[in-house]
Amino acid sequence: MEGKNKQNQRKRPLTGSFRADGEPLDLVEYEKAGGYEALRKALKSMAPKDVQEEVKASNLRGRGGAGFPTGQKWSFVPTGEDAPRPRYVVANADEMEPGTFKDRILMENSPHMLIEGMALAAYAIGAEHAYIFLRGEYVRSARALEMALAQARQKNYLGQNVLGSDFFSLEMHIHMSAGRYMCGEETGLLNSLEGKRAMPRTKPPYPQVSGFMGKPTVVNNVETLCNVPHIIRNGAAWFKSLSLGQDGGTKIYGASGRVKRPGAWELPLGTTIREILEGHAGGMRDGYRFRGLMPGGASTEFLVEEHLDLPMDFDSLQKAGSRMGTGTMIIMDDRTCPVGMQISLQSFFARESCGWCTPCREGLPWIVHTLNAIEDGQGEMEDIDLLLEQARLLAPGHTFCALAPGAAEPLLSGVRYFREDFERHVREKRCPWGEG
Amino acid sequence: MLNEQEMAEVEKELAHCENRKTGCIGALKAVQRHRGWISDECLKDMALYLEMTPDELDDVATFYSSIYRRPVGRHVISICDSVSCYTVGYRELLRHISERLQIGPGQTTGDGRFTLLPAACLGVCEKAPAIMIDEDVHGGLEPPGKVDEILDRYK
Amino acid sequence: MDKLEGKTVTVYIEGKPCQVKAEQNMLEACLSLGMDLPYFCWHPAMHSVGACRQCAVKQFKDENDKKGKIVMSCMTQAAEGMRISIKDPEAVKFRAGVIEWLMLNHPHDCPVCDEGGECHLQDMTVMTGHTYRRTRFKKRTHKNQYLGPFINHEMNRCIQCYRCVRFYNHYAGGRDFGVFGAHDNVYFGRHEDGVLESEFSGNLVEVCPTGVFTDRVFKKCYTRKWDLQTAPSICVHCSMGCNIIPGERYGNLRRIRNRYNGEVNGYFICDRGRYGFEFANSPGRIREPYLASGDVSSLAVEGPDGKNKKILAEGEVLPYLKTVIGGAKGIIGIGSPRASLEANYLLRKLAGPGNFCSGFSEAESGLMREMISILSGGPVRTPSLREAAMSDAVLVLGQDVPNTAPMLGLALRQAVRQKPMDRVLRELKIPHWNDYAVRDAMQEERGPLFMASVTGGRLDDIAAGVFHAAPDDIARIGFRVAQALSPNAPRAEGPFSAEALSFADRVAKGLKEAKRPLVVSGTGMGSLALLQAAANIAWALWEGNRNAALSLVAQECNSVGLALLGGTGINDAVRAVEEKRADTVIILENDVFDRLDLPGAEALLRARQVIVLDFLPTHTVNGLPKNHMVSVAGAAVVLPSAPFAEGSGTLVSSEGRAQRFYKVFSAGRAEESWRWLRDLMVDLGMPGSEALFSPDEVLSAMEREFPAMRGIVEAAPASDFRIDGMKVPRQPKRYSGRTAIRAAMDVHEPKPAEDADSPLSFSMEGYDGQPPSPLISRFWAPGWNSVQSVNKFQSEVGGPLRGGDPGRRLIEPSKVKQASYFTDIPGPFAPRGNEFFVVPLYHVFGSEKLSALSPGIGERVPSPYIALNTEDAKSKALSQGEEVRIDFGVVSFRLPVELDPLMPRGAAGFPFGLPGLHGVVLPAWGRISVPGAGAGGQAVE
Ligand SMILES: Cc1cc2nc3c(=O)[nH]c(=O)nc-3n(C[C@H](O)[C@H](O)[C@H](O)COP(=O)(O)O)c2cc1C
Ligand code: SF4
Ligand code: FES
Repeated sequence: MEGKNKQNQRKRPLTGSFRADGEPLDLVEYEKAGGYEALRKALKSMAPKDVQEEVKASNLRGRGGAGFPTGQKWSFVPTGEDAPRPRYVVANADEMEPGTFKDRILMENSPHMLIEGMALAAYAIGAEHAYIFLRGEYVRSARALEMALAQARQKNYLGQNVLGSDFFSLEMHIHMSAGRYMCGEETGLLNSLEGKRAMPRTKPPYPQVSGFMGKPTVVNNVETLCNVPHIIRNGAAWFKSLSLGQDGGTKIYGASGRVKRPGAWELPLGTTIREILEGHAGGMRDGYRFRGLMPGGASTEFLVEEHLDLPMDFDSLQKAGSRMGTGTMIIMDDRTCPVGMQISLQSFFARESCGWCTPCREGLPWIVHTLNAIEDGQGEMEDIDLLLEQARLLAPGHTFCALAPGAAEPLLSGVRYFREDFERHVREKRCPWGEG
Repeated sequence: MLNEQEMAEVEKELAHCENRKTGCIGALKAVQRHRGWISDECLKDMALYLEMTPDELDDVATFYSSIYRRPVGRHVISICDSVSCYTVGYRELLRHISERLQIGPGQTTGDGRFTLLPAACLGVCEKAPAIMIDEDVHGGLEPPGKVDEILDRYK
Repeated sequence: MDKLEGKTVTVYIEGKPCQVKAEQNMLEACLSLGMDLPYFCWHPAMHSVGACRQCAVKQFKDENDKKGKIVMSCMTQAAEGMRISIKDPEAVKFRAGVIEWLMLNHPHDCPVCDEGGECHLQDMTVMTGHTYRRTRFKKRTHKNQYLGPFINHEMNRCIQCYRCVRFYNHYAGGRDFGVFGAHDNVYFGRHEDGVLESEFSGNLVEVCPTGVFTDRVFKKCYTRKWDLQTAPSICVHCSMGCNIIPGERYGNLRRIRNRYNGEVNGYFICDRGRYGFEFANSPGRIREPYLASGDVSSLAVEGPDGKNKKILAEGEVLPYLKTVIGGAKGIIGIGSPRASLEANYLLRKLAGPGNFCSGFSEAESGLMREMISILSGGPVRTPSLREAAMSDAVLVLGQDVPNTAPMLGLALRQAVRQKPMDRVLRELKIPHWNDYAVRDAMQEERGPLFMASVTGGRLDDIAAGVFHAAPDDIARIGFRVAQALSPNAPRAEGPFSAEALSFADRVAKGLKEAKRPLVVSGTGMGSLALLQAAANIAWALWEGNRNAALSLVAQECNSVGLALLGGTGINDAVRAVEEKRADTVIILENDVFDRLDLPGAEALLRARQVIVLDFLPTHTVNGLPKNHMVSVAGAAVVLPSAPFAEGSGTLVSSEGRAQRFYKVFSAGRAEESWRWLRDLMVDLGMPGSEALFSPDEVLSAMEREFPAMRGIVEAAPASDFRIDGMKVPRQPKRYSGRTAIRAAMDVHEPKPAEDADSPLSFSMEGYDGQPPSPLISRFWAPGWNSVQSVNKFQSEVGGPLRGGDPGRRLIEPSKVKQASYFTDIPGPFAPRGNEFFVVPLYHVFGSEKLSALSPGIGERVPSPYIALNTEDAKSKALSQGEEVRIDFGVVSFRLPVELDPLMPRGAAGFPFGLPGLHGVVLPAWGRISVPGAGAGGQAVE
């Protein structure tokens, strides 16, 4: 049993040690599972640069959506004698991407893992303050994290002179968000953390140079950070070996929609879509047929039947014209109206637009109005082209941040794959699914 | 005026902040926990307390969806209208709750018991369709009738 | 990147090489090259934030890159070899898309919108070719707010460029305005209806690219931009010399707009300057020459003030004056710091140099003399407003800058950003134009600004150090700072409080470390010691840093010009009348009750003949009514002079910049004062008067007579200046109704009035290209109907106007090797037991008399009060709002107490210039008592 657990933990480092009852691991349990060994090891035998190098070598890519190599991100933080201080590490625990719930699972079950990951990140960049930017709805996560923070402070994993070291101190706090998808965008997050509207900031300068309070800041996704202790404890080579492809580690994949067993599973990075969908999620529920899916949250392009054997990794999905995003897929079945689904998606993005740049603020509501008209049987054929035109105008670089381009992706691909359904709405002047 | 307890909670929020202004979101949430919503009066009192102007504070307050600048009922039902729930019966659930409580999204029941608000993905997509009442998440509400017993629990 | 200043790079636009400045972004570069590229959120003073996405262009990696990518030109730094295209079809389509989005919810109400015809949104819509509305969905609408007397709000026209918040809050430091809501429901306004507090709120009218914020005063009697007759002018409401464009229609003044002057006011003016003009339309305006005194009763008509008047007909004025002056036993001419140089100079000529009194109060006369001597005799230069805004450390010594020189206050708000901005550029490589990135990187960091003042003020919120004390104590701190900066400066002997010493040390350190330190003071407190202390600091700094600058704020629009003409203080004039050396007094646009205490004014006006030239019925004109403590008769002869917009002339600002203002229109019998005086001189057959016929001749004569005036004729082109033989029109090409205006009287269009005095014409005929900068009477360029057309008049965007900014500096520092320091250091302020040292406190709305007569500004004038230190009040058992009597000898006032914990003990603050509060020259000692408790006496008004 013990041995199987160990093995489980080595294969599924993030979730392998979770308790069966869904309660958070407390400090003792976490330590028993090897927790804080990495932090001890780093403080004892590794220079901050070594930690960065190890993470670089592990090929850990950000799990927040963009997949930026984590070690490289950290290396942009200016260090050295007269580099600006204080520096900050921020865990992006906003998780508001529709269809995504993986970070919540990590925080609810193993809060110390995030704390240790953040402590290591802080050590690696010489930060003395850390924030967990947590979405307001995650009340259970907050409780688990509060408990863990108190325990970690008590055992001096946090606070002044962590574990007796004379060179590393770290304060860590939770910020509960007041709710806006934009808070997940890392620069919007920083503004929000400063008590401002969560408008995104211009890049460059990147947060690593001028971030929270104008000081160097690293923002990482919860899952990204949770991987760090395991990399440091077991080494980059081990971490890479977990994956089926180039990028290191496992991934928490998820599936929601009309599947038999919606949920999330930690699997080797590069597991195929089919295996996740059919193997882990149990395939479609009886009476429902698969029509398509968004592989990694609401802002990724639809994929269809033909893509099911693709490995779920950053590069493969990119090549197929989509993105890995958060790795939590949303399944579209044959009894869901593709137009209605777009209304849900686009209304979300329109409502969550921060209102800063014109294309997003004005373009998305226009898209929503047009979709509603089509759904209500008031659509015209030109409306479909208008949708495509608008979506194309929301390309990356056209807008200030990635929110609107993220909205355009499911729309462009949705019209591409399900155009016939849009046209039927217009022709029949009603929703064939009887919705609207 | 903020009362003692509210002030204490606001101070707790501000404790680790760079300055009073930086902590305004936490402060708004803390006071809202007591009052349900942030009235104009309350906004002004808080602004004074945070060394901000009412305009500066409202600029922030009106941006965030879970700071309420209008009165809400005793319980706030946030119904997830995002894509996962949408595919798994959101519309039926909304219709059901609306009919049962006789309110649409954005409205409050006549007895001031519930306010129904549309919400972005609640992060429990594996349990779609889902709602959140106050701080409790309720998932798997298909068929929608399941929600009746839950609503009864909130007086 | 910090070495980019002044470097140029070659960029390729549409494949053609162009030289542009390396520190610019590509939008600035394109506009500077004269290209048309639409934009909204970028503003030349507030720079780039990348919100509107209107300025999109295509950028290519190299000449082989045919695909390129869309970038925002305003967020793209120019770089050697950069290739962009404005005309690229994808970029063109995207920009058209942006306008289409912006117009989705726009009400399309141009015909009823005050912005119509000078609307940046209209211009950009046309520029991008958006003509057809495709959407069929409902528009979202907003409610509008009441924002006070100056600004009208129509939120439905908003295109969310965020310029308003960026100006009002971030640039001008306002805190009662904001943006609310999110997504497509963002709202710009206040958290609730109410008056916008900032004295710069009016700039929203020009900053907003559409009709959300429009001029509420203009709206009262609205006219399209193209129906306004306009001429270049100078603001008369403080000494900063901001350039303005007044607009006239149907014989009255309708509005003031900013006139860009890169060195002076740039893109902005304050609300006093924008909304103060309505005094010129006031019903009380003196519009005809008249006699007013008992001896004309047989002929008299009743004036509105209940006095007997005899209007003098066209041919009667000069003969009458001739007999008066001919029969005079000595004349005294009293000049005015609010009258033009020309008028003051001619009065001096008429009365004779020995009989010319400046019209300053005795104290101010001395202060102004000192100010001129410090600025021209010392080694330190006085900066323009642009230069002041570039300072990286500032000490304000005793002057209430926001209330006496609002635009200098705005400059100082920018100055505190300089040092952090330098750091951000150096350390983080964030260019200054990347506005929000700079602000995010800076956070609350501010450069050193130190405020030493009598009481709290509107710059304290951004100051690194604040010190409140009586004027003498502030001066002492100043001397102490100078001492800390240079061993050559005199020692300021103790005692000093620990707080004072630490403040002085911090100031000295802050100034010393700066690259471009600035010391600001002025005559506002009536303290010579303050001026001298400020000079000592500046000079001490100069010993180690030749970039040190000294800015001294004078009180009125031509205080400096008047001081350059010399003349005695006003007490001399009183003495001359009392000693019967003169029995005739000619008073030029001056209310002597502001310059003299009550007995002095009374004595002066007791002269046999008092001739007043003015446009408003001041107490000098009308006298003080009978119910006053003292009743004083007013003028005997009153001549209607022309307020600024109805006349031309030259003013010298605090910077020492001589600037010409031009007549916008003529109305009735009002004449420029200099013209009345000239005619009189000619009529009197005074020798040489024939050679002073035109303004050019007057200025040349002045220049010959006063070495300090050298260059003044170059402040603007001479009256015979022509471009291709043409004059510069005051009316725009589209000016309508010229024939119709008088059609009821005569179908023949009257010949437009001739203007022999200037190169401007009173018509739309003339040269329609860009005239020399002092003659720009409107900003317009093909396709650019809004104020944004200023771009087309500048040598580069945000830079000087082509051919140089208007005005000619008359005062430059002397090339001395060593400054000769002032050594007269006052002792510590000693409160008196039973008397208070009453100092003037200034109000941006109220302390300047002309503007305060405008109804809008009138609403903002505070009610009178007397400010006392809270402890002082407590010791006298006085509470907030309690009425007390303040007694200055012959004059006393009853005023409510205003408790002010920051006022120094033993001093009291008296609101300067408020209606009814005249007849005492401050500072002065006064006794405060509770009325009814003993001492009788009656208050003034
Ligand atoms: C509109 C928007 C919302 C985002 N929301 C989240 C989020 O909720 N959580 C998250 O980790 N990243 C989110 N991101 C991505 C972050 O900007 C950022 O890339 C990420 O936190 C970096 O972490 P990583 O490098 O560890 O992936 C969002 C991005 C955008 C544009
Ligand atoms: S794309 Fe523009 S409006 Fe949309 S969220 Fe980003 S910055 Fe805001
Ligand atoms: S002007 Fe460049 S984005 Fe607005």
